[in-house]
Amino acid sequence: MPSTMFDRIWDSHVIADMGEGWSLLYLDRILVHDLSGGRAMKELAAQGRRVAEPNKVFATPDHAISSEPGRTENTYPKGAKLLASLRERCAAEGVRIFDIGTKGNGIVHVIGPELAIVLPGVTLACGDSHTCTNGGVGAMAFGIGSSELVHALATQTLPQLRPGTFRIRFEGTRPAGVTAKDMILAAIGRFGTAAGTGMAMEYAGSAVRALSLEERLTLCNLSIEMGARVGMVAPDDTTFEYLAGRQFAPTGAAWDAALKDWRVLPSDADARFTRDEVIDMASLVPQITWGTSPEMVTDVTGHVPRLEDAPDASKRSSLEAALRYMGLTPGQKLAGTKVDWVFIGSCTNSRLSDLRAAADVLKGRRKAEHVTAWVVPGSEQVKADAEAEGLHLRFEEAGFEWREPGCALCVAANGETVPDGARCVSTSNRNFVGRQGTGARTHLASPAMAAAAALAGAIVDVRSY
Amino acid sequence: MEQFRSVTGLAIPLMEANVDTDVIIPIQRLVGSGRDGLGQYAFERRRYLPDGSDNLDFIPNREPYKGSSIMLAAENFGCGSSREGAVWALMGMGIRCVIAPSFGDIFFANCFQNGLLPVKLPIEAIRRIAQETEESPGNARTTVDLQRKVVITPRGETIPFGVDDRKRHAMLEGLDDISLTLQQGDAIAAWKEKDRASRGWAWESVA
Repeated sequence: MPSTMFDRIWDSHVIADMGEGWSLLYLDRILVHDLSGGRAMKELAAQGRRVAEPNKVFATPDHAISSEPGRTENTYPKGAKLLASLRERCAAEGVRIFDIGTKGNGIVHVIGPELAIVLPGVTLACGDSHTCTNGGVGAMAFGIGSSELVHALATQTLPQLRPGTFRIRFEGTRPAGVTAKDMILAAIGRFGTAAGTGMAMEYAGSAVRALSLEERLTLCNLSIEMGARVGMVAPDDTTFEYLAGRQFAPTGAAWDAALKDWRVLPSDADARFTRDEVIDMASLVPQITWGTSPEMVTDVTGHVPRLEDAPDASKRSSLEAALRYMGLTPGQKLAGTKVDWVFIGSCTNSRLSDLRAAADVLKGRRKAEHVTAWVVPGSEQVKADAEAEGLHLRFEEAGFEWREPGCALCVAANGETVPDGARCVSTSNRNFVGRQGTGARTHLASPAMAAAAALAGAIVDVRSY
Repeated sequence: MEQFRSVTGLAIPLMEANVDTDVIIPIQRLVGSGRDGLGQYAFERRRYLPDGSDNLDFIPNREPYKGSSIMLAAENFGCGSSREGAVWALMGMGIRCVIAPSFGDIFFANCFQNGLLPVKLPIEAIRRIAQETEESPGNARTTVDLQRKVVITPRGETIPFGVDDRKRHAMLEGLDDISLTLQQGDAIAAWKEKDRASRGWAWESVA
């Protein structure tokens, strides 16, 4: 029977069938971070249990550490406590930790692929909803809560309910100005923020095949904003070339054996998906969100909806609430709206190619005077690579702040926030009420769009900038 | 995990779609504080006015809903971040059951780890419960009975709901998954031995 890639990975990790669609699944990798990692391992110890397979668990502080240039762990004291507990527990359990300021440190979903901790065909869990990012290498990676994390650490397994499968094929050639971020935002706008609930996404089609590995990570990153815990792209030569030689990639005969397994992972041509959709690349232009859910998104050339566009009273009231929060007028054009902040970073868009794309827009120009613009590289490696090619100087010359790696303004768990009422074009993944700080107004867009907004001091179409 | 058998109370008609976990508990409250005491911060940004007093435009703050144990919502409740603090905060404000047409997958799983029952009902049924409640909030009582797998509306209509048997059993008995999984120790060991032989690359590179 024809199978999907998801079926193959799921089926090959079932330890026991628990009935009603539930299986006990083996986890090849577990990632932990400062916000919940130390706490989960403390809970484990309190239960009198140990980490089952410490060599398959990897820790990195990212959420609650300052991104201020020259930061130390004490720059944000509340985060220092979390980090101390993560360190202490990792040492006690023999878990590898990529500590702040050291090689390998970075946003958990940036370092997973960067260090080849995640590989095609593996299962990976992490106490963070954007774990789906790692599916860009062809893995089944999913976010879990704290209790499930304790279970995962104690047993290297998790009971999971088998999801359905949802494939989106992006077909055709990518138009100018359209990035992986625009592709996935457009998909969320089209299918809705709950379309992937109970589903594992697979992104396919000629336009996905043509994406770089880093772009595939961006695509998979926003799967959870469509409701899906899992997002995947089939591994191919692009994937293998990316992974080869990285720290935890197999080598020698093991690499050859792995390649053999990885080449047969992709879904069969006649595999059936629970839901299957096609997006014509020719229909896409750069995207930007206008509301307080990632599905509230439009073409950058577009308008904010009018109240009478809402299909029912409840949609109308949520539309009204979103526009009130965002300080926008129903029916207004988005382009030209004044922007106060720009944030380039997060597990969505903080990799080297993202920073290059943003820097390429600058062309020696300076940001608008009233804009505060931050660039937060995704990892120590990204930072070092970017500095080696002088990207930091181009950002600094344009008036951007070049900062230290971490989640920073995406989740605002480290004391850094966008001020109340300020409007921020952000390359992150969530425009929820208060996400970037109380009263902060977030517009999600690609790194190039964000850079253009910083220059113009307003929302602009990057294609004309 | 806290046991859950049944709960009876006034249902808070929040009735909004896409209530995300950032709204349920701001991330700042999860840095440096434990799970206890989160109840006061549930829905913090909507629940309080800048001076710290209750925002009476927010339905859960209004009498007689304040302190009720059942919450009604529209589609996709608990979407977004995986933070389990959202469940702890809801339970801390006294909520034991949320009834919605759909939930964020991770939030849904987190509920069952803690004894907060998420019940999926069609939106029409939830609207009926809301309407019946709002007609006479003084004495409208909704019952959610996990043993019988039914919701009983204020006017006495009985609506069945679906729930996985193993999740229902664990919640009725207050059982955690870990001890159950550890009982499968032999199966796990056998699987690992087989996998190490057939997929050595997944083991060696992190050994």
